[in-house]
Amino acid sequence: MASPLVCSQAAMNHSIAFVPENRAALLLNRFSALPKFMGVTAASRLEVRPTPEMVSTGIDAIDTLTGGLPRGCLTEIFGPTSSGRTSVLLASLAAATQRQEVCALVDVTNAFDPQSAAAAKVALDRLLWVRCGQEWKRHDDFSRANKTFLKAGALAPKRKMEGPVEQALRVTDLLLQSGGFGMVAIDLSDVPLKLARRIPLTSWFRFQRAVENTPTVLFVIGQVPCAQTCATLLLKLQASGKSIVGPWSSVLGERPTTNDQRRTIPPHAQLLDGLQVDGELLRCRMERKPSRSVNAAFMTKMPRAG
Amino acid sequence: MPFACIFVPDFPVEALLRAEPELRSQAVAVLEGKAPLQKVLAGNEKARRAGVEVGMTKLQIEACTDFVLRARSLLQEAAAHSALLDCAQSFSPRIEDAGDDTILFDLAGLGPLFGPLPKIARDLARRASEFGLEANVAVASNPDTAMLAARGFSGVTVIPAGREAEQLSNLPVDVLFVGAVPSPILETFDRWGVRNLRGLAALPDVALSERLGQEGVRLQQLARGSISRTLVPVEPPLIFEEAIELEYPLMLLEPLAFLLSRLLEQLCARLGARALATQELRLRLELENGWHAEDDCAPQSTALDLSDRRIFQRTLRLPVPLLDARIFLKLLQLDLKANPPGAPIAKIYLSAEPVRPRAAQSGLFLPPSPEPEKLELTLARITGIVGEGSVGSLEILDTHHPHGFSMRRFAPTEPQRLDTWSSSSEKHISESNSAITALRIFRPPLRATVTLRHGKPARIVCSKQIQGDILWAAGPWRSSGDWWEQEGWSRDEWDIAVQAESHIALYRLVYDRLSGRWFLEGNYD
Repeated sequence: MASPLVCSQAAMNHSIAFVPENRAALLLNRFSALPKFMGVTAASRLEVRPTPEMVSTGIDAIDTLTGGLPRGCLTEIFGPTSSGRTSVLLASLAAATQRQEVCALVDVTNAFDPQSAAAAKVALDRLLWVRCGQEWKRHDDFSRANKTFLKAGALAPKRKMEGPVEQALRVTDLLLQSGGFGMVAIDLSDVPLKLARRIPLTSWFRFQRAVENTPTVLFVIGQVPCAQTCATLLLKLQASGKSIVGPWSSVLGERPTTNDQRRTIPPHAQLLDGLQVDGELLRCRMERKPSRSVNAAFMTKMPRAG
Repeated sequence: MPFACIFVPDFPVEALLRAEPELRSQAVAVLEGKAPLQKVLAGNEKARRAGVEVGMTKLQIEACTDFVLRARSLLQEAAAHSALLDCAQSFSPRIEDAGDDTILFDLAGLGPLFGPLPKIARDLARRASEFGLEANVAVASNPDTAMLAARGFSGVTVIPAGREAEQLSNLPVDVLFVGAVPSPILETFDRWGVRNLRGLAALPDVALSERLGQEGVRLQQLARGSISRTLVPVEPPLIFEEAIELEYPLMLLEPLAFLLSRLLEQLCARLGARALATQELRLRLELENGWHAEDDCAPQSTALDLSDRRIFQRTLRLPVPLLDARIFLKLLQLDLKANPPGAPIAKIYLSAEPVRPRAAQSGLFLPPSPEPEKLELTLARITGIVGEGSVGSLEILDTHHPHGFSMRRFAPTEPQRLDTWSSSSEKHISESNSAITALRIFRPPLRATVTLRHGKPARIVCSKQIQGDILWAAGPWRSSGDWWEQEGWSRDEWDIAVQAESHIALYRLVYDRLSGRWFLEGNYD
């Protein structure tokens, strides 16, 4: 059986949305057309579930690898620091906002860089930025805050203090229920692993249900996979061995060993041009068959590199 | 030329019942004056049946049970009068303000628009009822006849042209003097035995003129329905304000929400009747004792009147014109929850800035976008979770400062038609064969200890996770700005690579030249 990724390459050259062939549904239709099975209803309705519409991530290599981002599904990208997660997120947001869609970014650790987003051509007026944890930082002294609340009367504020992750989950709930967003992204990249793993699976199931049958792409980036089976698409990113691309790209791959060699490379003559990123597709639930690992590589570039 | 009149009987009572409709099933009397000399100003039909008369003292009424007594509220009467004007204005542009409880207006030419006269009269009564006022409506060929009929007959009355005298004949002569100071002419009529308009209309003209002068003749013409005059039109100002004067100060936000709901429904009904919507709601609360304001009030929703410390104001600005009382209520609730008044509330004023409603037609081939009403509620709820100033869209400032941006209210522009935006999006996709290396900012930046070797960073100690030899460094990239202001900045930026647990991480290292300190500003991802 041919891989659906073959047809995705051709589709990406011409259209924004990409719909891979649902082979299971096709097979079912062919069987039901046989005279022997005429009038027989399929036992499993899951087989005829419509294939989600796919939208571009803005990076050709990822689109070729995954077929794009499925609408109405949860897509999760994870990897360590400097693995290109945020670059993929910005590229996806840029593609979505250029399609005139309204997007939302739930920034759990308040790490979003507006200059990078502007360089990635994200239409900032179409991006809702929710910075979690701001209030929490402001009222880090819980006891003092509680005392303030006790002093106040009935018409005084009584706001429950929440951590950034709890805030992000509630905000995501509201955004998905509100509807109309082309993409809702949750940035869990800098959240400590202990906290990220503590997010209950029921929350992810709820998000999956809320986003189902809607044109919204739910996009999550983090250090480790959090959504587990709720993620329709799971992609792992990591920097390749020679992660710094540029005139001095050999510096990291083949580290200079002598001080003399270090001295010969003046630091002001070097430039960080970008990252070489390897992507590995760990799960794609649009095809009902065992998941497999497919790799792709792409390069990010610094804004100043032009 | 037909004219219509809307008359609200027992206007002071109706003005109060507008804010408290649950009292309609009870006997309600309105008192005027200072305690203990309060006297009855007006009462509803049930109160009159129970024996309440205008001028009775409060003590006399208190002897009876099952009465609801309320103090007269000029605020609510003014609001009810404005509602009455809006009601008339929604049908005809030529209206005459004939009193607090009476509005006259011209119906000429409205037939093709609203239907025959009886239908217009019924629609008028229904519209007044939607505004919370039980009004009498009369239609006649001249304004004074319409006014007499509205004052004399309850419900809807339509008097055909030429039958004015016949229709008015059974009305008591008192209707000629309603609202005025008791006239000596009325006593004269009483002495003559003239009890109704039929008797007055039948009196000889010359004899009446000799005895009562021109006023007597005018009253007789009114009784015959033959007087004719021109309407004195007024242009009511576009002020939409509702107010409630509370009997007891409110202590909790929940009962306040009930009152706000009623006010908002009235405001929306008035705006809707004039084919308007609103983009700005102003809530003004008169507080009972003292003043309390939040320090971190958002600029877009705060208007503080510092001259009077007993007033609490909130202004709700909306990105698009809306006309939905439930959405307004929820937004006000969320706003008050985040910024409570802090003291008991004595009076509530709610006003709306009228604007033309939004005319939008969604297209089949346009990309999805949130409904403005839902989006506004969602944003208010999110603001309640993450706090003011943490939600919105970005605006890059015209500066070289690396953190030069500001947050602004999120109001996405309407999507354009498919044929215009498809070319730009395709262009973008064709260009985007590689992604931009994104920086993740540490807020606040992490303080670092850096060891230099040959003028470039060689070792960094920042935290448990970020420390060790710097494997690769590029820089410095020097920038400075705002040196003419107190917030001047000057910095050297380095891009560094540090060995993490199992991979290499790239960071932006900054040397603050003014303070002489090293900071880790973010990491490339």
